[in-house]
Amino acid sequence: MEQGIKKTFVDRIWDFLASVKLAIVIFAFIALTSIIGTILEQKGDPGENLEILTRLFGESLAPGLYSISEKLGFMDMYHSWWFTGLLILFSVNLVICSIDRLPRIWKVIKEPAFPLPPERIRQFPIRREFILEGGTESVKDSIASSLKNARFHVSENKDEIGYSFTAQYGRYSRLGVFVTHFSILLILIGAVVGVRFGFKAHLNLPEGAVSDTAFSANGREVPFGFALRCDNFEVDFYGKSDMPKEYRSWLTILKDGKEVLRKAIAVNDPLSYEGITFYQSSYGIVPGGLGRGTFVFNSVSRDGKNSTVNARLGESFSLPGTGITARVVDFSPALRFDEHGHAVTYANQMSNPAALIQFSGDGINTFSGWVLKRHPETWQLSDGSRIEFIDYWGVEFTGLQVRKDPGVWIVYLGCIAMSIGLFIAFFMSHRRLWVRLIEEKNATRIIVGATANKNRAAFERKIDKIFAIHGTQREGGK
Amino acid sequence: MAYICAMMIYIAYLAFRKSPIGVVATTITIAGLVSQTFAIILRWKEFADLSGMGFLRSAPMTNLYESLVFFVWCLILGYLIIEFKFKNRSFGAFVTPIAGLALAFIDLSGVSKDIQPLVPALKSNWLLAHVTMSFIAYAAFSLSFSTSLMYLILGTEKRNEPAYIFWTITFGLFAVLLISMGIDMLTFKAKVRPEIFIHNYLFRTSFLHPSAAVSVLSYIAAMGILLAAWRYGHLLKVVLTRFHVTLDMLDDITYRSIAVGFPIFTLGGLIFGAIWADQAWGVYWSWDPKETWSLITWFIYAFYLHGRLIRGWRGRRVAIVAVVGFMAVIFTYLGVNLLLSGLHSYGSK
Repeated sequence: MEQGIKKTFVDRIWDFLASVKLAIVIFAFIALTSIIGTILEQKGDPGENLEILTRLFGESLAPGLYSISEKLGFMDMYHSWWFTGLLILFSVNLVICSIDRLPRIWKVIKEPAFPLPPERIRQFPIRREFILEGGTESVKDSIASSLKNARFHVSENKDEIGYSFTAQYGRYSRLGVFVTHFSILLILIGAVVGVRFGFKAHLNLPEGAVSDTAFSANGREVPFGFALRCDNFEVDFYGKSDMPKEYRSWLTILKDGKEVLRKAIAVNDPLSYEGITFYQSSYGIVPGGLGRGTFVFNSVSRDGKNSTVNARLGESFSLPGTGITARVVDFSPALRFDEHGHAVTYANQMSNPAALIQFSGDGINTFSGWVLKRHPETWQLSDGSRIEFIDYWGVEFTGLQVRKDPGVWIVYLGCIAMSIGLFIAFFMSHRRLWVRLIEEKNATRIIVGATANKNRAAFERKIDKIFAIHGTQREGGK
Repeated sequence: MAYICAMMIYIAYLAFRKSPIGVVATTITIAGLVSQTFAIILRWKEFADLSGMGFLRSAPMTNLYESLVFFVWCLILGYLIIEFKFKNRSFGAFVTPIAGLALAFIDLSGVSKDIQPLVPALKSNWLLAHVTMSFIAYAAFSLSFSTSLMYLILGTEKRNEPAYIFWTITFGLFAVLLISMGIDMLTFKAKVRPEIFIHNYLFRTSFLHPSAAVSVLSYIAAMGILLAAWRYGHLLKVVLTRFHVTLDMLDDITYRSIAVGFPIFTLGGLIFGAIWADQAWGVYWSWDPKETWSLITWFIYAFYLHGRLIRGWRGRRVAIVAVVGFMAVIFTYLGVNLLLSGLHSYGSK
């Protein structure tokens, strides 16, 4: 007796966890709480969230609501214990309801359809009835072959009423739902693996600098197991505007002091090494680094000779083949001339790098002028030679998103499984067909009944097409 | 413009039920679709030439204007398919208004129509797949919205039924929002850029008007519209019943468009989006508002499908879910871009 009660209790829990009702409640809960999560800024500034609440609920309610939602973890809700719990419950529900249903569905798939009496066939949602000339024997074979041509799985039977066929197509399509459910599970597992064994971190690496660690969101230092060097960083702009078109970092991986890999990365084009991936995410000027970079010029003499010249701020250098000595006296990362003609710096990004260079030498008057990297017309010197501004190197840093995620392949696998599962579940159907042949004088009466678990109309058209070949003498119809 | 014209003619068709009017409406819609197709291709080509990024990467779907235009295109195409398949034009009166309103929104709100250069994050082959499929799904969902709303209109009898109250309120709310936004836009149109407009000026002429009297008046007017929708909602039903639209057919179309939209949305919107995010940002899922809202939308439609396929719900109940689902779609698409901030903020400029 006690055994019985215990069993029903376990059963009840099982049924509860397997129920669609629970699934629907979970759907609703995840959706509703997520809405709150999108309104409150996650991991955001407390003041800002307080302001959002004030705007929504008024001055008096906001502080109270804020402390409640903070206690409940709404400020970082996707990582809170109860949201994780909700996701776990969701997976459990998914697994149990799948296990609960699988045997039944499996039975439908595996069990051969057995022949039914004519009166049952006449009750099917799709039914046709017609008479063909000729004896049962001859009609039988042609029907069987046209069913087989339509790729149906056909079995033939004979009983006291006469010949009959049962045919089915796409029975495994019933498994599409399980593939989909399984894929959701895979994605969640992949996510867990990623969180458990991977990391997400950020690194601002100045040009020329080397680093073997990055910093995760909570400030923890994450070692790579190798070193990364930023060789160069460049931004391309759209025409004369300051809108970046593309930004690239030239990176080198160093293992035990040796260069093992070089790659230029850009947004949408990351670098991967030993499971760690570096994504281009931002850039900027190294704090306090504006005076410490190296200018790279290409000097072109009057007779067309090129030579690269490196210089630092304030250093004198000669331009080969010209007899001119130059010195960079000032630098602006973003130069603009205001309405009075004064040079001003309008941004703290390298939007329009410009060097003020003083030129002196034999035969020319000492003069100075702004040379702008993005404006080649400023490169021309009065004596016919040219100074090309290539780069001010070592001043910018590249902002890299660093990630290690061993679970990402499981997630991708899950995504593929989901696409396949959804395709099967929505665009393929299990079609079953019962056919009875009844001998009449000089003719055969054919009774067809059929079901499809999806897209019945299409199956109906298909059936009409299959049987149209055998003559048009129809009776009954729908 | 042809669509707004077609919308009026469809409504006229609905009112007078003369078949020549219907033929004219269909012809105009087709003409509109063809010319829009040319316009999109031209823009695409222009963009490809301008950016020099190759044809595939220059799909004209990179900002609010272009995406709305593409959405309208998908919607009209989907509608025409249904019109020919089910040989019934009355849906037109419910679908073309959505298209017409989207276009009116583009025009009135002064959303920038210029071809804008792409920010680096959008330069990817995933752009075409992700955005196209999302919008095809959105269009399928809006079809399901129109048919499920029609279902509710046709399927309800009494004014005190919850389903009746639900659809009239939905209908009324849409009307109130559109009217008040229309007034806002007409008042402030020329002065400000769209994003500033949405953030600072929305509902300033009505609900949030500095003078309390106007504000109260707007609330009263809104209530009035809601009441009117509730009181006279059955008139729409009378109009609809004159057509040979059966409830089963509406239920069927709703289900089918969701059955098409849901897998496309999952694959194109969520999965391709995740893969692209993984490439560009280094995280396949970051719970940013856009992602979360598409997940919410996904859950609502999953709810619809489970209710229908497993529990065997039919008709009214699932029609309500379909309507709610479309509201989530609208919010995912417009609301998130305009009201919330996040990584996905490309569409708001």
